[in-house]
Amino acid sequence: MNETEGAVPQLELRGITKAYPGCLANDHIDLKIMPGEIHALLGENGAGKSTLVKIIYGVLQADDGDIIWAGTPVAIANPHSARKTGIGMVFQHFSLFEAMTVTENIALGMSGRQDMKVLERDIVQVSNSYGLPLEPNRQVHTLSVGEKQRIEIVRCLLQKPKLLIMDEPTSVLTPQEAEKMFETLRRLSDEGVSILYISHKLDEIKALCHKATILRGGKYISECDPTQETAKSLAEMMIGTNLQAPEHHETSKGGRVRLKVRNLSIDADVEFGINLSAINFDVRGGEILGIAGVAGNGQIELLAALSGETTSRDAETITLDDKAVGQLGPNSRRDLGLAFVPEDRLGHGSVPEMMLTENAFLSGFRRMSLLNGGFINNGGTSDYASDIVQKFDVRTPGIYHTANSLSGGNLQKFIVGREVLQKPNVIIVAHPTWGVDAGAAAFIHQTLIDLAENGAAVLVVSQDLDELFAISDRIAVIAEGRLSVGRELSEITIEEIGLLMGGTQGMGEAGGVSDVA
Amino acid sequence: MLLKIEKRAEYSKSMVYLTPVIALVLTVLTSIVLFESLGVNPIEALYQFFIAPLDTEYEFSELFVKATPLILCAIGLSVGFRANVWNIGAEGQLTMGAIAGSSLFIYFPETDSIFLLPAMIIMGALGGAAWAAIPAFFKTRFNANEILTSLMLVYVALLLLSLLIHGPWRDPAGFNFPESQTFSDSADMPILIPGTRMHFGTLLALLAVFGAWIMMARTLIGFQVKVIGEAPRAGGYAGFSQKKIIWFTLLFAGALSGIAGLSEVSGPIDQVVPSISPGYGFTAIIVAFLGRLHPVGIFFAGLLMALTYLGGETAQINLGLPVAVTGVFQGMVLFFLLACDVLVHYRFRLNIARKATS
Repeated sequence: MNETEGAVPQLELRGITKAYPGCLANDHIDLKIMPGEIHALLGENGAGKSTLVKIIYGVLQADDGDIIWAGTPVAIANPHSARKTGIGMVFQHFSLFEAMTVTENIALGMSGRQDMKVLERDIVQVSNSYGLPLEPNRQVHTLSVGEKQRIEIVRCLLQKPKLLIMDEPTSVLTPQEAEKMFETLRRLSDEGVSILYISHKLDEIKALCHKATILRGGKYISECDPTQETAKSLAEMMIGTNLQAPEHHETSKGGRVRLKVRNLSIDADVEFGINLSAINFDVRGGEILGIAGVAGNGQIELLAALSGETTSRDAETITLDDKAVGQLGPNSRRDLGLAFVPEDRLGHGSVPEMMLTENAFLSGFRRMSLLNGGFINNGGTSDYASDIVQKFDVRTPGIYHTANSLSGGNLQKFIVGREVLQKPNVIIVAHPTWGVDAGAAAFIHQTLIDLAENGAAVLVVSQDLDELFAISDRIAVIAEGRLSVGRELSEITIEEIGLLMGGTQGMGEAGGVSDVA
Repeated sequence: MLLKIEKRAEYSKSMVYLTPVIALVLTVLTSIVLFESLGVNPIEALYQFFIAPLDTEYEFSELFVKATPLILCAIGLSVGFRANVWNIGAEGQLTMGAIAGSSLFIYFPETDSIFLLPAMIIMGALGGAAWAAIPAFFKTRFNANEILTSLMLVYVALLLLSLLIHGPWRDPAGFNFPESQTFSDSADMPILIPGTRMHFGTLLALLAVFGAWIMMARTLIGFQVKVIGEAPRAGGYAGFSQKKIIWFTLLFAGALSGIAGLSEVSGPIDQVVPSISPGYGFTAIIVAFLGRLHPVGIFFAGLLMALTYLGGETAQINLGLPVAVTGVFQGMVLFFLLACDVLVHYRFRLNIARKATS
């Protein structure tokens, strides 16, 4: 995929500059994508990738610089005109109406009136042919993160774009599904569609992309051929320093069981929710248990049952350090040493419009004794928040800023820090590094490993298998509300896990899931 | 040149306090046009509206008389609004508070115990809270929209009052007017400043302002209200019960509105009449928002809205303007306020058109 002399790039950016108050998000960025090229955009969180793609997609306007589309300078005033030009985008954060169905959401994202019947058929057809199964009549709020992302992808594909921008599309897919999507992307590329691909998974970029542009701190760093680089060298270009893999000592396997789940069955309370059926597992002190699975297979329900946001009928189903807690709420479980990092950072793990101090208080007020007879101990809360910010390297102008002013990675470090500083005996972490840059991800992984080495039981629920393999001692797979037996890392391969994950997704038989020896 | 609306990275704290001022300025500007078209000299009209009612000490005290029920109701409503509980039935809760509280006097008119008034205040609070408990029950049990249920219950309460006052509560010596007998001294709110109508209820309102301020800023329950309002799932994560907050905010607002109602009948009105409030419970919604849902803001917003009631009266007397002018004024304030609130999260920016040079 060398630049052919005389060929006209599908999209060329020259000197794109965009300033936010107090920061230069894009500083004279150049980018060239040829027709049919899969081009990776690499950079840490806050490097300016999102800003740049929002400019291309017309969500933001550049302060300076030119956008040249197939040889002609264009002004992209808004996403509507971007779509008309032939640019489609799959956002990292979804823009879906929760109370509407899949079809309605897709119709809203398209120009003009839609014949809903025809659209529904198209959706089924496109989603099946690209391996992204979707039920057109389901309401979006009943869907998992992974399924919501499928809507966004299908919505773009329906419009037959010439340039497809994908912001971390595979973070919620199984390896098999991801591989299937790569085939889709390669086919689109063969058909002449250019793809601008944003991902933190460097192996993925090496396997898929023809070219990569690297940004750091809002500046263009270099363009390279990812197939000629190693994942490590790519990561180092992104971060600008050397990377360290998380250190994982062999743990003593004789730790006592700190979190025990027996025959946990919970019926979903929303339509299309997943029923948990007879879930069994143990997590010992000093151990990290990873739970893999495709989004929407009961993770949300399992996490809610473990955190106490939903209680089970039988107290004995969940025991924390030998205490039956199945019927206790989140606070009583926290008192017993449970900490919890939810999947959604904004709106679940934190209150977006509240200050970091208040967000520190949110989950920490009991374990950190921040309450004096019903009154909030402001001094103690501020100290706690500052402590989190310092120890976990949260980059923020101050603890009195709101949670939503932080970048995703920094907010995640804040939330993880808030939970870890409560000295938990058991910590449950959902998708610890989703959308987090490589530096912060390594830091969070190391934190979890350290916590386990100090005797805590750690449960990590993630869709990122590389992550699970990097930090877990054992891995179990959740599919359709059932959990497979946890197996030692040495006994299981990525392919096997992939099959278990996809087992009930139409790729094989579900029967094998629950009775793996 | 192009005017562009742009989302702020973080909400603007200064705009939170500036938008009420901008809204007031816009209201005054618009009302100048309004007065002009009514054929009234706008300067004179604005003078009659905002300055004339404060001429004398007595009139100044009237400001507090009118502001008292507004502040009491608005404090209660604001706590609910912070939790996304949209109770707009303060008028009904006020009415039920007045009915429940004055029932003690109506059925024991001879009592001259010093405990009568405190008991009436407590009954008023209970009456208002009981009325607010109905939407709370339906909301938590059946997820019924509290906007509808609380609003509909206003009319039930008003009709109940009418029923009582045209029937069993009518003063036998009252020449068949639909009024109860006037309250005895022990059922009356004590007057704070002799020669005015400023009464003990004003102190209760100040107490509510102070108490709500402490509650929202410093206590766990206030924190829970804010979290449930802004991010219910984060509330669940922290172990806060949404249902509990719905009950709490509705009962709290009901109790304060009930006290407001009782302090009207035991205060300036001094008897039970078919129309206790000129819409204080509804105006309190404007007061709550104009005061930024903050107790101190509500205190000042309450005074301002009280002024529009007084101003409306003077304008009616001195300029012959229709009484509806008060409502128009209040409506404009809310309208402009809601419109200006866009500035809290967004800003306008002039986009100087650039020529694409290649």
